[in-house]
Amino acid sequence: MEGDNKGLNRREFLKKSLGAAGLLAILGTPAVPLLSQRKASASAPHSASGNKKAHAWCMVIDMKKCDGCTGLGVPPQCTQACIMGHYAPEGMKWIEVYEQKLPGGGRFFQPTPCYQCENAPCVNVCPVAATYHNEDGIVLIDHHRCIGCRFCMAACPYQRRFFNWGTPKLPPEAALAEYSPLYPVPAIKGTVIKCMFCAHFLRDGKLPYCVAACPRKVLYMGDFNEDLASNGAEVVKLSKFLDENNAYRYKEALGTQPRVWYLPGHGQEFGREAEDPRELKPTVWPWADGSYERRRGVWPWKESDIWTWEARPK
Amino acid sequence: MKARAVEGFNQRLERTVFSPLTHTTKGYYAFVLLLMAIVAWGLYAYVTQLRYGLSMTGMRNVVMWGLYLVNFVFFIGISHAGTLISAILRVTHAGWRTPVTRMAELITVVALMVGALMPLIDLGHPERVWYLIAYGRFQSPLMWDIVSITSYLTGSLIYLYLPLIPDIALMRDRLGRTSSAIKRKLYTFLALGWRNTPEQRHRLEKAIGIMALTIIPIAISVHTVVSFVFSMTLRPGWDSTVFGIYFVIGAIFSGIASILIVMAIFRKFYHLEEYLTEKHFRYLGYLMLTTLLIYLYLTFGEYLTVGYKLEVEEKHLLELLMLGGNAAWFWLFVVTSLIIPFLLIVIRRGPTIPRMVTAAVLINVGMWIKRFVIVIPSLQVPLMPFDFGAYTPTWVEWSITAGAFAAFILIFALFAKLMPLISIWEVAEEAEKRAPSVAEVAERTEVGLPLIKRR
Repeated sequence: MEGDNKGLNRREFLKKSLGAAGLLAILGTPAVPLLSQRKASASAPHSASGNKKAHAWCMVIDMKKCDGCTGLGVPPQCTQACIMGHYAPEGMKWIEVYEQKLPGGGRFFQPTPCYQCENAPCVNVCPVAATYHNEDGIVLIDHHRCIGCRFCMAACPYQRRFFNWGTPKLPPEAALAEYSPLYPVPAIKGTVIKCMFCAHFLRDGKLPYCVAACPRKVLYMGDFNEDLASNGAEVVKLSKFLDENNAYRYKEALGTQPRVWYLPGHGQEFGREAEDPRELKPTVWPWADGSYERRRGVWPWKESDIWTWEARPK
Repeated sequence: MKARAVEGFNQRLERTVFSPLTHTTKGYYAFVLLLMAIVAWGLYAYVTQLRYGLSMTGMRNVVMWGLYLVNFVFFIGISHAGTLISAILRVTHAGWRTPVTRMAELITVVALMVGALMPLIDLGHPERVWYLIAYGRFQSPLMWDIVSITSYLTGSLIYLYLPLIPDIALMRDRLGRTSSAIKRKLYTFLALGWRNTPEQRHRLEKAIGIMALTIIPIAISVHTVVSFVFSMTLRPGWDSTVFGIYFVIGAIFSGIASILIVMAIFRKFYHLEEYLTEKHFRYLGYLMLTTLLIYLYLTFGEYLTVGYKLEVEEKHLLELLMLGGNAAWFWLFVVTSLIIPFLLIVIRRGPTIPRMVTAAVLINVGMWIKRFVIVIPSLQVPLMPFDFGAYTPTWVEWSITAGAFAAFILIFALFAKLMPLISIWEVAEEAEKRAPSVAEVAERTEVGLPLIKRR
């Protein structure tokens, strides 16, 4: 009997030590990629990838030129072009223009695409690697992989991610698009979606919808590996351009290392005064039917009847 | 003479604990039917949600998590009942725990089963849930959750089952002849040939001891990583180093409250007054008071440290919580789960059991609200220059929540018909071990009075 008990001990011991080893492995795993990522970002975006052929895309937003299209009396054209080009579901502004306050009481306009952070909180938390960095440093989403947990949305400190809560209402031509993570059209119900720097255009050497559509040439697409940036009208030396214009990144202190740089300003290059009272015009989704904010009621036999708890259709 | 007296105690114990297994009232069937109806309604709501997507919920792009996550944290929280009572008290040899352990472990298992469902219900693509295994990344706190919760569920099931073996064997021997063939076979199978030999007993004790030790770190890890889902993000209120222990203490706090409620219910309906005495309620009340004070301390520290510095986003959150749209909920939490229970436990006026049960019910209501004010307001705070987010749960979310609570009670009620809710052999063993009190001796022996005099 004594021997029996010893056998039991050994079995239990082996089981427990295997369990402990497993636990250690689990606890150890997350540290490894995090550390290596730290390293990559510490050596500056200029050499974000060892691969010389790869690009290191970034965006520079010159707010000295941005007036939120208020001077033109149209909705922000970057947002509008993005919506039209990606058949963005109603309510989604993948690049949104925010109104910000200046210390003296004036205002400026800040276009905000996805910042494609190098230490991206969204990529860190994704449980199934549905969101990832591609070799050019852009954060993409594989919508056939995404399980819809929305952890990435909780993690994003810039609220630049959106969820397809229902089957989005899209124009019929959206169905003709060939889906890829580079061009996530048509949007898929139950998945997270966001700006991806129009990666399909960049691959073909074209500028994103927002950059091409901006009437003031505010947005520059840049590549750190070539140290160049272009807004479609001029080409600048990226490093010099950032240095000479006091470029900054939004919420730099968070350590997310965004790939979007801002040049401070309030549209003065087009003669906009900081106190200019004109407001942003709302963007439109021509295919929208208001279903985004509506929720179906309790009874299945009243399917056509749309009943809401809040925000009844006006 | 003493041996005969103890046997009398054991026989009464068996009769009381087994009677619900053999006799079922009409009220029980009606209750089970009602619960099934609520669960079915919850399922209907879920089917509607599957059909139209999460657009059926009140969640939107700004507040992108809602009631499902609140329920998740709540249920995982009350699952800590089992660990505390059966594992910690077992390791510390607190003999009074024996009549409570089975219920506590059962709360753990059932709460984990219901709680683990909640994030799955929350998924936009539930059919892809197996991707978590196929493509899982351990860098994601969600994977930590999955690993710890499944370990905890497995461990708790084993830990529930091990002390059940002698009782199942007892059922096989006592009830086997009178019950149906299926039940008899089930009992025989689950008893694993238990004959109560010293060797079997020795091994069982050892296995239970190992499980008790193993399950404590697993349980602590579970609620820690649940908190990590929140604290690994750069959000006001969530971006906190204290969240791990804050959640663990909150979990034990609401866990004890849940045990008290369950104890009171079964004490009344199953006539367990002899085994679940006022002492048990009082002792658990003290434990509850201890965790309440720690929780109060942590809550105070959590809000003072951010409130003193008033970073912009934290300031928004505090305004929202203490003065703004969520103030009613926040202060309701403070009153219902901290202040009133504290007074109820400390001011010892009136009968103990109703006092403790009132405190426990208030605590669980308040702690659900607390989970709401942890999850929702942090998401409402704008991280970009726009207005505060809004969130109103829809009928789908409320229905699924009601279904989840009904499912919790339903599984509990069904289990209570299949297995004894009090660990018979452990209670009997404890009764033998313990020096019998004067009153008990007097009760157990026909000639009690001379014994009292001798003392």
